[in-house]
Amino acid sequence: MDKLNLSKHISSQFNEELEQIRNHVMSMGGLIERQLFDALNAIANGDSDLAQEVMANDLKVDDWEIQIDKECTRMIAKRQPAASDLRLIMSILKSISDLERIGDETKRIAKVALESFNSDQQDLLVNLENMGRHVGQMLHDVLDAFARMDVEAALAVHKEDKKIDREYEAITRQLMTYMIEDPRSIPKVMNVLWSARSLERIGDRCKNLAEYIIFFVKGKVVRHVSHEKLEEQLRGD
Amino acid sequence: MKISVQDLSVRLAGKVVLDQVNLQIPTHKVTALIGPSGCGKSSLLRSFNRMNELLDDTETRGEVWLDQLNIYQDGIDLAELRRRVGIVFQKPNPFPQSVYENVAFGLRLQGVNSPRQLDELVEAALVKAALWQEVKDRLYENALTLSGGQQQRLVIARAIAIEPEVLLLDEPASALDPISTLKIEELIYELKQHYTIVIVTHNMQQAARVSDFTAFMNMGRVVEFDATNKIFTDPQQAQTEDYITGRFG
Repeated sequence: MDKLNLSKHISSQFNEELEQIRNHVMSMGGLIERQLFDALNAIANGDSDLAQEVMANDLKVDDWEIQIDKECTRMIAKRQPAASDLRLIMSILKSISDLERIGDETKRIAKVALESFNSDQQDLLVNLENMGRHVGQMLHDVLDAFARMDVEAALAVHKEDKKIDREYEAITRQLMTYMIEDPRSIPKVMNVLWSARSLERIGDRCKNLAEYIIFFVKGKVVRHVSHEKLEEQLRGD
Repeated sequence: MKISVQDLSVRLAGKVVLDQVNLQIPTHKVTALIGPSGCGKSSLLRSFNRMNELLDDTETRGEVWLDQLNIYQDGIDLAELRRRVGIVFQKPNPFPQSVYENVAFGLRLQGVNSPRQLDELVEAALVKAALWQEVKDRLYENALTLSGGQQQRLVIARAIAIEPEVLLLDEPASALDPISTLKIEELIYELKQHYTIVIVTHNMQQAARVSDFTAFMNMGRVVEFDATNKIFTDPQQAQTEDYITGRFG
């Protein structure tokens, strides 16, 4: 991490404040990662208590967002960060809003666990679970990339989003078949579909997080470009 | 480009203060020179109107071009050069005379003697320096009775009365309170429409606020020169990054 010299300011107070903000983002990320993990477990095990807990914990995620937001605002007002410090603060401000939205999606996913699915319908959940693990890994990897400010790892996450999109399409097709075959299942299947949609959105947000890491380290705005273009741009360095 | 510096090296009393500097100062823009103490930024500024030579034992090599004129060539009229390239220092240094006389001084030297014309030009300079409203009823009071911020704007009025092309500002606001500093910064913004401005400042936020281009200097060299927007968000040199983020040294 300290190849980026984050702790090398002459002002030790500046170092401490910056480090604290970073630690808080990591804590927020850790909490959300656990939330997603719990939500998926709640669905797999039909554990409605766990699902309730996930939904209640979302408030903590919101609190983190507000707190980190304040810390960044204070940092800008008091220390006038420039260059990489400024890019870090901007990246964090954007990251926490994406993280907070990931929290919201997680809450939505947990709601599915409140439904009871009969044994026939359990099949519906298997693919959702797989997609969930995949997205969970992606979230884990991007938080890890953030901790180390690792561009290569961020790039890998960025690339992964396409696979998530394909999995989402596959699940959608599968669920549509179910609905056609058994119209009575439609309300439940719709819930599963919304969850898959939430997972897909989490994938998108992980991709955003990866882009903020690249912005911080490379100083390049890489939003709204395809993965291939992005790689090209970074190779151009 | 208003000023073009080519391979400029300056020694003061045997010590190298500028080491093969190359720099282009764009016309009608504000260029800030930043860097740690002793990096050569003031020496570079003073080389633009050959003020360095007022110090003993100076040796200058290389070229500084003001438009099509190499100002270090033989036979340069230094008085004319310094009319074209005015300078304002850190500590306001008005003459111990009236506000009016401070501004009229340079004009008289240039041969403007008609009282009516002098009145007009003095007023115009004070208006441009954003001081007129504050001193129009005190024109004949001693300039030293003005506040520090007013004195500094008076000195700027004195410098621009003789219609220079370039205005060199050496830490123009470092001895002033924050509000006076903002007034000077606002003035710099106004003045760049008519003049090419080069400012030396220790205050990085000030450089970020007022300048269009920034040169970061260290140990007599220009480490990086680029648009201020670029330097303060995404500098290319590690040294620049370290300096503007407060990691230097």
